Amino acid sequence: MNPTEITSQISTAANMLNIDKWDYGASFSNDYSVQVDRGAAKQLKASQKQVITLRVWNKDNLVGITTTSDLSETGIKKALKQANIASEFGNKNEFTDFSPLAKDPIQVKEVDKKNPLGIKKLLKILREAESKLIDSHEAIKSIPYNGLSESFYERIYANSDGAFRNYSKSQAAIYLYARAEEKDKKPRSSGSVKLGYGVEDIDIESCIKEAAKKTIAHLDYSSIKTDKYLICLSPEAFLTMMNAFSSIFNARSIIDGVSLSNKNSIGELISIPALNIYDDGLNDKNISSAPFDGEGTPTKKLSLINKGKLENFIHSESTAKIFNTIPTGHAGLGSKVSVSPDWLVIEKSNECSNLNTSLVHTNYQGEFVYIEELNAIHAGVRASQGSFSLPFEGWLYRNGEKRSIESATVAGDIKYLLKNIINIENEKELTTSGISPHVWINELSITGDE
Amino acid sequence: MVSASIKSSEIRFGECNKKLLEEVIFYGISLGADFVELFIENSDNSNVLAEEDFITNVSPSFSKGAGIRIFKDKRDGFVSTNDLSKHGLMRSISQAIEMLNISKKTDILIFNGLKKLKDYSKSKIDWLNEVPTINEVSEKLLLSTKSLKKDKKVVVRKGSYARNWQEVIIASSDGTYATDIRLHQTVGLNIIANDAQYRSNGSRRFGSHGFPNEFRLWDHEKASNEVYESSMNMLYADYVQAGQMPVVLANKFGGVIFHEACGHLLETTQIERGTTPFSDKLNKKIAHESVTAIDEGLSEGSFGSLSIDDEGMEPEKSILIKDGILKKFLSDRAGELRTGHKRTGSGRRQNYSFAAASRMRNTYIAKGEFTKEELINSISDGLYCKSMGGGSVGATGQFNFAVEEGYLIKNGKLTKPVKGATLIGDAKEVMPKISMCGNDLELAPGFCGSVSGSVNVTVGQPHIKVDTITVGGR
Repeated sequence: MNPTEITSQISTAANMLNIDKWDYGASFSNDYSVQVDRGAAKQLKASQKQVITLRVWNKDNLVGITTTSDLSETGIKKALKQANIASEFGNKNEFTDFSPLAKDPIQVKEVDKKNPLGIKKLLKILREAESKLIDSHEAIKSIPYNGLSESFYERIYANSDGAFRNYSKSQAAIYLYARAEEKDKKPRSSGSVKLGYGVEDIDIESCIKEAAKKTIAHLDYSSIKTDKYLICLSPEAFLTMMNAFSSIFNARSIIDGVSLSNKNSIGELISIPALNIYDDGLNDKNISSAPFDGEGTPTKKLSLINKGKLENFIHSESTAKIFNTIPTGHAGLGSKVSVSPDWLVIEKSNECSNLNTSLVHTNYQGEFVYIEELNAIHAGVRASQGSFSLPFEGWLYRNGEKRSIESATVAGDIKYLLKNIINIENEKELTTSGISPHVWINELSITGDE
Repeated sequence: MVSASIKSSEIRFGECNKKLLEEVIFYGISLGADFVELFIENSDNSNVLAEEDFITNVSPSFSKGAGIRIFKDKRDGFVSTNDLSKHGLMRSISQAIEMLNISKKTDILIFNGLKKLKDYSKSKIDWLNEVPTINEVSEKLLLSTKSLKKDKKVVVRKGSYARNWQEVIIASSDGTYATDIRLHQTVGLNIIANDAQYRSNGSRRFGSHGFPNEFRLWDHEKASNEVYESSMNMLYADYVQAGQMPVVLANKFGGVIFHEACGHLLETTQIERGTTPFSDKLNKKIAHESVTAIDEGLSEGSFGSLSIDDEGMEPEKSILIKDGILKKFLSDRAGELRTGHKRTGSGRRQNYSFAAASRMRNTYIAKGEFTKEELINSISDGLYCKSMGGGSVGATGQFNFAVEEGYLIKNGKLTKPVKGATLIGDAKEVMPKISMCGNDLELAPGFCGSVSGSVNVTVGQPHIKVDTITVGGR
């Protein structure tokens, strides 16, 4: 069924049920993935999915929602009826409407659409990658977590007011997590993830090299003494931290009382003035970009922190109305609409004279802890309190020498962290979740085995 | 009961599918598959959210689909689809056959048809009609959030309800043919308290399997009091000082550590991956002799209980560890094929779009002989973890768990509350250090995310003492 047919079918069914106001978001996808185990195909997987989320407004302008995978005439009617029933329980305290920007032009990135390679080719590529990674070092015994996938999907948004937009794209991903073991030592594991619009776009060699380099580097480990340390966060780690605390600039979280910010926080200095943070879903480097959000609002670049000051919040239609502004293209689709950032870009502002630029992770000779990757975010972050206690992979540097840290956690407070940045390195790095330079923090608590 | 209107050429829930299912399975076998399994699902779910004194979200959802799995030697190919027509299922079979690169059709008939339907759904047909209406749910959730309004320091009050109703048909080329209905209901309460620079969270989740009336019987007052007290106790707590120390872990959700840190390592999927340190430890000591651990799917009403697993097998009670000795691994069909460990009725999946894998059900450490006070009295300087938050386990078995509500133990007595604690360790090192088990085993519901998606489970234990563990803090 094509997008126009679905819209027409929903419109007809809604008319029959006397539903005047509705919108929907739909997703259709074909996914293929493979996993291997020491040369053998472990699991080969394909799926065809279709899902549609329908919202209807009743006579009191209260919204109800239903999600279904049944796109038959009967299925759509049933979903509309259920959404209508749910609308009786719509939130009387906060009204949701169509996005005022749902008909504005969207910016669709020009990307060559890829064709499916097919399971056999995926399997061949992943087998070769696994073999190369195992052969790269004698301590690497297996690649327990691995996968190569390609996905082809189409997304649609339309409403009863005539808004209609859709886009389709392809995406591919590879992940390789190796496990290395040496005699009388604990096993170590690390890996790499790479994305592309198609499998041909993915730099598989660099994924293998990165996974091998990280895993092998951690073989020679030692425990770390529990203490406070000078910290250097890798681009990936700093992005992980900022995404974990993105409720700071999330209007939905502010309204719900789970953010450290409040409605009047715009203009507040929340970090050192040398920090700029944007949300830039349409960035050329963002493989997962989408031209519009769940409510049909166009995606756009938005400054969140400018010279250390909160500059904008991210919004849905309903939060924007409450804050007397416009939606920013960060909404999901629901009766209570969720809001989330797309892709963060972090950089040094031009007010950076107070930074200690001698702190560069590649040549600083003093003692510091380099945090390469933060783990267990869902368990170790208390976003509403601003605190975190997270396991990490990283190194202790002394006199330019580095030693992998056996097992440790870093704990602290996001407000303290942002105000105690002492350097932002010049070079920015591309990661799967955004772009960031290395960021140095004056002091954070590390718990180790000593 | 809600069943989608389905055309005659499509799957219907009930006996009349036998011929169609046999045709589809036979098609796969005739193309050269060693084994064909069909998992067909119809689901009807509902979520309700109350915030402060308003219902802010009601989200019903419906889904139909099939997961088709084919084995050839020890390899498997899995295809999922929303198309339940005969044509759609056949196409999925062809796709799976092609994936596995099976080119030789077989002349040997290894499919003798499906056995008589095992209908586990008979007594459950009316469940969907018997669950509380949205109106009932809304009213009770609002009562619960109102009950949380005990103090002006309480700044956020939330109550959430989720109902998952699932009807499944499982048919495979070994003759398995079964149908079942599952019903899970869960309710969660969350609170944030705030006073000047101090902030604390409190949360609890309750859940059941079967028993449509369970939510109506839920004691929201008691639950609200628990959450409120927990949050207030922690509001002015200092950060815990990091270090190595003995800890007492509370019962109920304290069992999440055993589940995550050890239970997952006893699933055959981990043996297949080579990521468990216990793969060669069967009948060897892996834990302190005071530890006996069980996984079962039988406890009536428990969140992880099943009539049949997602491969059509009735669940068993699996004694994983007996007096510190490893006795069994949890196994599914692929696990049995690839590791030799017999199936335990543990093949589970979130829904039709995942292939089943060996997963835990109701997992707990058996009760011991001590009282909670005896455990605490045995420690001169340590930590009491009354309520655990979430956690994770890495590929090398290292775990990390947040303590939501903790108290220092000084000279055998509980003293001041502390926040920010994290328990860090690995199962191989910690299991021998569980030296005392209390006599107060209790279970708690939870969701477990892993290779075959998110499944409902129960975790549990009595109060236990760990002689020493790394406590992360500041």
